Amino acid sequence: MNDYVIPEKLRVVGTTPIRPDGHDKVTGRAKFGDDFHLPGMLHGKVLRSPHAHARIKSIDTSHAETFPGVHAVVTAADFPKISSNVIDAGEAGQIDMQDVADNCIAREKVFYDGHAVAAVAADNAHIAEEAANLIQVDYELLDPVMDVRSAMADNATVLHDNFLPGAFLAPTEKALPNASKLELAMGDVSAGFDEADIIIEREFTTETVHQGYIETHIVTAQWGANGMVTVWTTTQGQFAIRDQLALVLELPMSAITVIPLEIGGGFGGKDSIYIDPLAVVLSKQSGRPVKMVMSRAETLRATGPSSGTYIKARLGVKIDGTLVAAEFHGAYEAGAYSGGPVAPGVSTALTRYNIPNVKIEGYDVLVNKPKVKPYRAPGATPSNFAVETMIDELCRELKLDPVEFRLHNALKTGDRLVLGFPCPEIGGVEILKAVQNHAHYQSDIGGPHRGRGLAYGFWFGAGLPSSADLMVNSDGTVQLCSGSPDMSGTRITLAMQAAEALGIEPNDIFPSVGDTASVGYSFQTVASRTTFATGIAVYQAAQDILAQMAERAALIWQIATDNILIDGGRFVNKTNVQQCFTFKELAGKLVGTGGPIAARALASPEGVGFQITAHLVDLAVDTETGKVDILRYTAFQDAGKAVHPDFVEGQIQGGTVQGIGWALNEEYFYDGAGHLKNTSLLDYRMPTILDVPNIEAVILERPNPGHPYGVRGVGEVPIVPPAAAIANALYDAVGIRMNTLPMTPAKILDKLNSITD
Amino acid sequence: MNRQQVTATINGEHKEFLCEPRQSLLEVLRDELFLTGTKEGCNDGNCGSCNVILDGTLVNSCCIFGVEANGGHITTIEGLSKGNELHPLQQTFLEGTGMQCGFCTPGFLIAASALLDENSEPTEEEIRHWLVGNLCRCTGYDKIVKAVQDAALILRERAL
Repeated sequence: MNDYVIPEKLRVVGTTPIRPDGHDKVTGRAKFGDDFHLPGMLHGKVLRSPHAHARIKSIDTSHAETFPGVHAVVTAADFPKISSNVIDAGEAGQIDMQDVADNCIAREKVFYDGHAVAAVAADNAHIAEEAANLIQVDYELLDPVMDVRSAMADNATVLHDNFLPGAFLAPTEKALPNASKLELAMGDVSAGFDEADIIIEREFTTETVHQGYIETHIVTAQWGANGMVTVWTTTQGQFAIRDQLALVLELPMSAITVIPLEIGGGFGGKDSIYIDPLAVVLSKQSGRPVKMVMSRAETLRATGPSSGTYIKARLGVKIDGTLVAAEFHGAYEAGAYSGGPVAPGVSTALTRYNIPNVKIEGYDVLVNKPKVKPYRAPGATPSNFAVETMIDELCRELKLDPVEFRLHNALKTGDRLVLGFPCPEIGGVEILKAVQNHAHYQSDIGGPHRGRGLAYGFWFGAGLPSSADLMVNSDGTVQLCSGSPDMSGTRITLAMQAAEALGIEPNDIFPSVGDTASVGYSFQTVASRTTFATGIAVYQAAQDILAQMAERAALIWQIATDNILIDGGRFVNKTNVQQCFTFKELAGKLVGTGGPIAARALASPEGVGFQITAHLVDLAVDTETGKVDILRYTAFQDAGKAVHPDFVEGQIQGGTVQGIGWALNEEYFYDGAGHLKNTSLLDYRMPTILDVPNIEAVILERPNPGHPYGVRGVGEVPIVPPAAAIANALYDAVGIRMNTLPMTPAKILDKLNSITD
Repeated sequence: MNRQQVTATINGEHKEFLCEPRQSLLEVLRDELFLTGTKEGCNDGNCGSCNVILDGTLVNSCCIFGVEANGGHITTIEGLSKGNELHPLQQTFLEGTGMQCGFCTPGFLIAASALLDENSEPTEEEIRHWLVGNLCRCTGYDKIVKAVQDAALILRERAL
């Protein structure tokens, strides 16, 4: 692991240039998934299961096949039964690719309302939809299993006779017919509780939520006559889509080119295949390119969601406010196939406090809902909600200030983590002190039924493989191509790091996102990693460019390369300081001195800077309706170094508002038969502009030594503490302790009535 | 299905096109006229990504049939700038980072332009009320509000 010497003064990093892709986005010219057309293109539609759990007895596609305007119909029978289905996903453990394939199109059973069963390609989407509805599927209905506790009960209906235990961050082991388990421990938890003066134990439930990106899932595929496949899609990871397609279609990875278009939001949910293999096989069968666009209802029914949970936790504290022991049990929905966010969820539950005795268990639980996908700090919001509301309760019991309590117990650099390694550089104490010193914390809240809440949040982030190419043009401008799709401005944050390293201006760098045929392998844009990890790849490629350019200067001046001083975009002859090239001057001499230069770096950095944050919220409760109004909200976060402070602020504000939605409104409603009842954005109620105030972002910068400019990931942790902060403010306002998410007006009224009865 | 002839003025240009009666105005704009700046986020009037101005009124183009636009005047995101000169809202959304992924942005820009046409000095409350039909999942809305305020200021200064 590198420890970089971070320059004290940065020239470009920390400024706010305009993003190069922005002009196309404000004029409507940017090409998102559905803005792409090919001549002769057909349109595909999916027939989806109306049942939550059923065995497919037969499928009759004959009426669809003969429907005028239809060119191809596919079912699971048109897809290979995968011969080597278990792949090693490195640290993530193992993934069963047959599960991935079956999630795209059901083979023997349907596992959730909306599970794809067949697909049709036709002259237009209306015809495709009509034809899809003519497909007759005979189902044998099975009992649906709709929540973690019933899935874990003794007599639960079993979803899969066999399954590969889920794995995301840490492996799990099969423990129950519908669940696998992981355990983490540190110290001696029973001795720890013996030491405690006060012990509280609480239970929590949270409902299934969706990432809610405004652009749905869209793909266009073309099967070439030579067996080469081209896919244009909106994704967080073109290489992930390519690799998954290759594995489920049993094609060579090199035969598939995935071209990433602009992405209209992802938040973790656009990292894997759904309709993509269907479009490829429909294209193969029809001999025409095929576009498929998921509707909003399909997106809610069949993609995304993040786990509903059941949590039971126990905390032990001494009278002076020292946390001495904790037990945390979290059961997280995996959805229809194993591999949900239980490991990051439970392993971040307590990580931000230094508690010597900890026992954690997590269950990855199969239920008849869509296979869950990562959602911004996957798994951490429910576990944070549980622990931070319990901490608030302890503070009140002990009559301790909530900031002082957290300062007293804060995880510090070098403290041992439950995952077994020491905590890297972390600025938690600074964050908490910033809360204390802020005008919001010191202000008077005023008014009846108003309250203030604080919550403290943590997230890991990740490094993982990234690639970047730099090529110097003869006019001194530079092409930058990375393998990381840009969800929110990372083309500019990468260009800024290249400009910083090369000693040139950001508008001399032209950043782009490469397709799988033109740039080196990169992991998806996930885990707050792009500005950090792809930034390191850019930095390394820039160092290579500088070294190559120094060699050319040495060649021109006929001196040893060691005698070239590189200083802020200038190349100076140390033996004769009158001789100097600017970057642009030297770029103009490259073709004549051996040809153009380019550099590629593949990085997989390990020096991830942990994300730490505190959120402070004031709210008012209407005690007649149960409605909550957020009055003031301040989020304090350590960015390490904010490369583009406006975008960092945007990440904090956007993540916080998603967290507010999770806290107060958002949930999947299933009926008793397992049908999703709220499949529109009217009924799946995400925050509108009128629901939230300005989120004030306070950015602190404690540099991460694992990045050349001190960068930490920033994107994910803002979604972690809002639910707990709001719950704590609710208690402050009206004296109710909420133990479920979302905290809807109806639940708040029930709670208010129960305390006044 | 029979296609009907529709005549409309779109972004100041006279257009004639054929469309099926079941096609929404959104679908016609995107798939028949290739004006793909107008986006589909929900197709049922809940997200505002498909906002256009039809005969002076802000509408969700997904909730109107293409044939209903016959004889109408339509402004889409492609018509908001004058050539290469950005509308002040486009400028402030760009400079003030009033967008992240940029997918909902055309809808917000069209909706906000309709507001500023009616109200040259909207308060924050008025801006939030007006834009309540537009969903953004990335920004948390604050920078959008500020971009609208900044554009209103530019327009007022220009009007002096």
